[in-house]
Order: sequence, then C-alpha cells, then structure tokens
Amino acid sequence: MSAGSIVVESHPADTLMRADRLPHILCPGCGIGSVVHTYVDAIAESGIPVNQHVCVSGIGCSGRAAGYVNIDSYHTTHGRAIPFALGIATYRPDLHVTVISGDGDLTAIGGNHFIHAARRSVALLVLCINNFNYGMTGGQAGPTTPLSAMSRTTPHGCWERPFNLPFLAQAIGASYVARWTVLHVRQLRTALLRAMNKQGFRFIEILSPCPTGFGRPNDIGDGLSEMQNYLRRCEVNNEIDLRAVDIDLTQQDSPIYVGDFVDVDRASFRPQVVHRAGA
Amino acid sequence: MTPAAAPAVDETTRVIAGDHFMLGDHACAEGALAAGLDFYAGYPITPSTEIMEHLAERLPTVGGTFVQMEDEIGSVAAIIGASAAGARVMTATSGPGFSLMMENIGLAAMMEVPIVIVDVQRASPSTGLPTSVGQSDLFQVRWGSHGDYSVIVYCPASPQECFDLTVAAFNAADQYRVPAFVLMDEIVGHMTERVAIPPVENIPRVRRKRPNVPPGSPDFLPFKADEDLVPPMAHAGEGYRVHMTGLTHDERGYPSLTAQTHEKLINRLVDKVRLNADRIARYELLQTEDADVVVVALGCTSRSARRAVALARMQGIRAGMLRPITMWPFPKTALKELANNGMVKRFVVPEINLGQMSREVQRHTPLPVTRLNHPGGAMITPNQILEALAQ
Ligand code: SF4
Repeated sequence: MSAGSIVVESHPADTLMRADRLPHILCPGCGIGSVVHTYVDAIAESGIPVNQHVCVSGIGCSGRAAGYVNIDSYHTTHGRAIPFALGIATYRPDLHVTVISGDGDLTAIGGNHFIHAARRSVALLVLCINNFNYGMTGGQAGPTTPLSAMSRTTPHGCWERPFNLPFLAQAIGASYVARWTVLHVRQLRTALLRAMNKQGFRFIEILSPCPTGFGRPNDIGDGLSEMQNYLRRCEVNNEIDLRAVDIDLTQQDSPIYVGDFVDVDRASFRPQVVHRAGA
Repeated sequence: MTPAAAPAVDETTRVIAGDHFMLGDHACAEGALAAGLDFYAGYPITPSTEIMEHLAERLPTVGGTFVQMEDEIGSVAAIIGASAAGARVMTATSGPGFSLMMENIGLAAMMEVPIVIVDVQRASPSTGLPTSVGQSDLFQVRWGSHGDYSVIVYCPASPQECFDLTVAAFNAADQYRVPAFVLMDEIVGHMTERVAIPPVENIPRVRRKRPNVPPGSPDFLPFKADEDLVPPMAHAGEGYRVHMTGLTHDERGYPSLTAQTHEKLINRLVDKVRLNADRIARYELLQTEDADVVVVALGCTSRSARRAVALARMQGIRAGMLRPITMWPFPKTALKELANNGMVKRFVVPEINLGQMSREVQRHTPLPVTRLNHPGGAMITPNQILEALAQ
C-alpha cells in the first residue's frame, strides 16, 4: 500500500449496511449505491429507532437494495414489493416501511399495486430509482423509457409515451411527491427525512444513471457523463404544474424538473376495528 | 412484542363455541378466527367469496385486520408480508385466482413464511363453471409454483371439517413454516350442516418456533434449521434485522447463488414435509377390514362414495373406502398397507377431474385402478360409483 492512502477499518454507515455482503454487485457508475447510501444516512438521522425501519424491495438491480441495508429487509417478487410492504405496514403501524424499487418493477408489473396503495393512503415511503430501462435483464425498455430512447427492445427508438411519475403519484393520492437525481444527494436526504416523518403514501422518484443498460446505447456515456447531463439540465421548481415534468430525451437541452412537488396531509390507511357495544 | 394493530382480544367472541347450522365457507372463516387469524387480505371470487364476506364482518370485531386487495397477487403478497411481521394470515380464492397466486406461493415457501390459502374449487380450466363444482386443482396446489418445495394440503368433506381443517392448516403452516392449504370444493363450501365449535381452550394452537437468543445476538442465523429442519422465526420490528429473499440463500438469509447452497436449501425445504409425511398425513378408513375393492375419494366425492359403499355392502360386495384428508402429503402408507394386505384386489378412484388423484394412487400400487371421472359441473353420484365397484 502506497504512503498516504487512506485506510479505514469501518465506515460510519457500516452498522446500517450489511458490510459482510460488500462488495456489492452493482456496475461502476451505477446510481443505486448512492440511493442506498442516502437512505441509510436518512435512517440514522430520522430520529426513528433503527429497529422500526423496514425495507422491502422487488426484483432487479434496485431490488437488490434491501439486501445491503442492515435492518429488517425483504427482497420479494417482481412488482409485488408494495403489497408485501402493505402487509407489514398495516399489521404493524408502528413500523416505518420503505419500498425501494426500480421503474419497471414499480410501474409496469407493479403498476396496479402502486395506484391502489396510493389510493388507500397506505403508510409507505416508496422510492423509485428511475434509470429508464430494465437494467438487470440487460437494458430493455420499460414504462419510463423516454420517447426515441434506444434499448434492447426498442432498437429503432422508443415510440411509446412514458409515464410522468410525479404527475401520476399526485393524481392517485400521494401525500408527498418529490423528484431528485443521485446528483442531488443533500436534497434527496432532506426529502427522505421529510417523507419518513409523514403519514400516508409518499413517493420519491430518483433519476439514476445506468451506464450499462441505458447510458451506452443512448450515447450518454458513463455514469459521470449522465451526472453531468443532470447538472446541465436539471431545474429545481417546487411549484411547477406536474403535467409539465415529462422527461423528453429528443430535446437534449429541455429542462428536467426536480423538486419537492407535493406535500399535503393525508392520514395513513388504517383498516377498521369495530368494537361492538357489550362485546 | 405485541403488534400495535392487534389489541387484546376477547377469545370468547373470537371462538363462537357451540353447535351451529353453518355454511361450509362460513365454517372455514370461523375456523380461521378460532385458529387466531390476525390478518386477512383477499379478492372476491366465486365460490369462495362467502369466506371473505364473513371475515369482513367478523374479523374487525375481534381486533383483526381485513383488507380487500386489488387482485389475488396483491392478496397473497400482503399476507406473506403480514406473516413476516408476526401475524397469523389467510386468503381465500378459487381456481383462476389461485393460478395468479402461484409465484408468491413459491416466495412463501422459499422465505419459509407461514401462510394459509383456501381454494374453493370450481369447474376449470379458465373461468370454467364459476358456480359449479370441480376438483381439478389437486396438482396445481402441489406443483403450481415453479421449482421444488413442500406444502401441506387439507381436503374437507363437510362444513365441520371446513372448521377443523382450517385450524389444522394454521397449525401446520406455523409448525413447518410452509404454505398450507385448505382445498375445498364448491359443494362442500356451499353446503350447510351442523358444525360443533369447541370452547376456546379445546382449539389446538401450535405457535411458530421463535428465536431463543435475544435480538443482536451474533449466534442468531435466521435460516439455520433445528433438528426438525425448521428454523426459528424472527419477525419484522423485533430487532433481529433479518434479511429474507426469494433468491437461494445461506443460513444468514444472504443470497448465495451456488449449486451447493441451492441443493442444501431446496432439499431441506422439501424434506421438512417429506420426512414428516406419515406424521402429517391424515385419512379416514371406512369398512376396509375385509374389503376387496376400495374406493379412494375426497371432498364432496367421498360423500357419494360413502353411500356407494353402503349400497355395495347391501349387495354383498365387500367394498370399503380410503378418504385422504390430506391430499398432500398423500396418505401413501395407508394406501400401500391396503394394497399389500392380500385382500384388496382393486381400487376405484372417482374424482371431479379427468384423472389426477388416480394417477397418485396408481403410483403407489401395482393393483388395477378403475378411474371414474367427471370434468366438473356435477357431482359423481353414488350409483355411478356403485357400478364401478360392482364391475
Ligand atoms: S445494469 Fe444498470 S442499474 Fe443495474 S447495476 Fe448496472 S448500472 Fe446499475
């Protein structure tokens, strides 16, 4: 080891990470690690006892997040993280359940659960790590793949209109809606902290590089280039009409709006308990 | 730790001890309540809906949680999550909904999260005959999810058994940490008969095994099995910081994607039931002591068979019946004993499908097996079975 290198035996986040599982399986330049890091930072700062945090994930690269956090964590089936989490959050309302999910997992195969959990105002914090493609299966298109984007299943460019997730989340009844990118770690941490301490269904979209599946075929380059792209194009606007926050890849210089868009009070779903007179 | 959602419950309201004239589906719901059901998530489908409707009425009055989900996939996922958090859970469905549940049944088997699923069978495949009887999910319930895993399946033949075997399913699920099923059929589910519900202290309740080390103990490995092949189970929010995954995992619960880990894990999941099959399997024998022809029938078909055996005896035919109460594990030891007792010459297997259980019977005996099948929509009558016995 060369003189001057920094050797640390442990990292402050070690107790909240399953350090014995590292190194992780994610590609260099992938944004998922940043999300997990910010998430565990927020857990530490949340003021909520660590043992009351629960993480549930589905399938795919983002789905692996649950495997790295050192709290009760469940890596479930494709698209079904939300109903699994509903079971925990509804039976144990004292627990703080976070769903970490990819865009395909959450809004393609899991789309029905997403809208119904939000409609019910289930007490879940749902993070969607949106990298615009199915990373783990090798870069196929999904419901957030922008128009004209290239993928393994859109070799001539995507011609399906993508979901505008913040708009969708607002429409279906989320009490909190934000969008940040993995470049905005401070804002993301603040958003996570705010959301962790709210009731109801909370949703944060986190734009994240997938150099392997999305960056390469779309000439975005490596993870760093995609971060530079975010730096150049992102515009913070908390007040914007969410109909206007589509991400348009055909317009290289069009803004990508980020911000804390929705913050309203909505009570968490609590199934009724009926106490009968005399019972 | 007492879950915040489940306040103290008056067990006498939960268990309505006494004699009742009751629908099979309702008896099943009452069995679940008596077994300690904490959380029900489901989606309506004929002919199982009365179970859900009954629990919608009853469960919230005893402090339990009832959720009507958006579909069957969400229903089974939700009960697995609630069970992972410590709840006693159930969902109920029929064939088309059951098919939708299969992927997550595999997840429950892999995570070893106890769940109870009731399938009230109707004529199938596809939408089939929604309001008419079928018995064609016998193999789906055993093999429907991909891969090798073990399950325990009870087949009631009366409303009384709908109650008793639902209790048994909860206990089996918790004891072995497996998905356990109550495989009913439309006739039994929609039949009204006397049901005797015992007082609460007489309801057998087996609880899942829990860790005997405190949270944070380095000795705790969430998937390290005891001698009985079943690991003690830690629930969400207790501080054990478990990781559960549908991926092949080691004793820590961490993914370990090697053939060796897979072999060890899957063999254990299957052996939990396979090695205990004789202890778990339940069956009824009727007049088999001197029988030379034995009918093997379950569910509503066993009711026709019971009559057919009586009619046959009147005609001097030495008929008897083996009624599997667990379809899986199949009571093969009992079947083999009959087949090898030197008296039995032949088996007759009536069933409302085109030959699922007869295949299982054939697998365990070289004796001739007469099939008597109907694809669904109607019962097999005592006379049809009598004819097959008289051949
Ligand atoms: S494929 Fe994409 S999302 Fe998956 S780890 Fe690699 S960079 Fe990350």
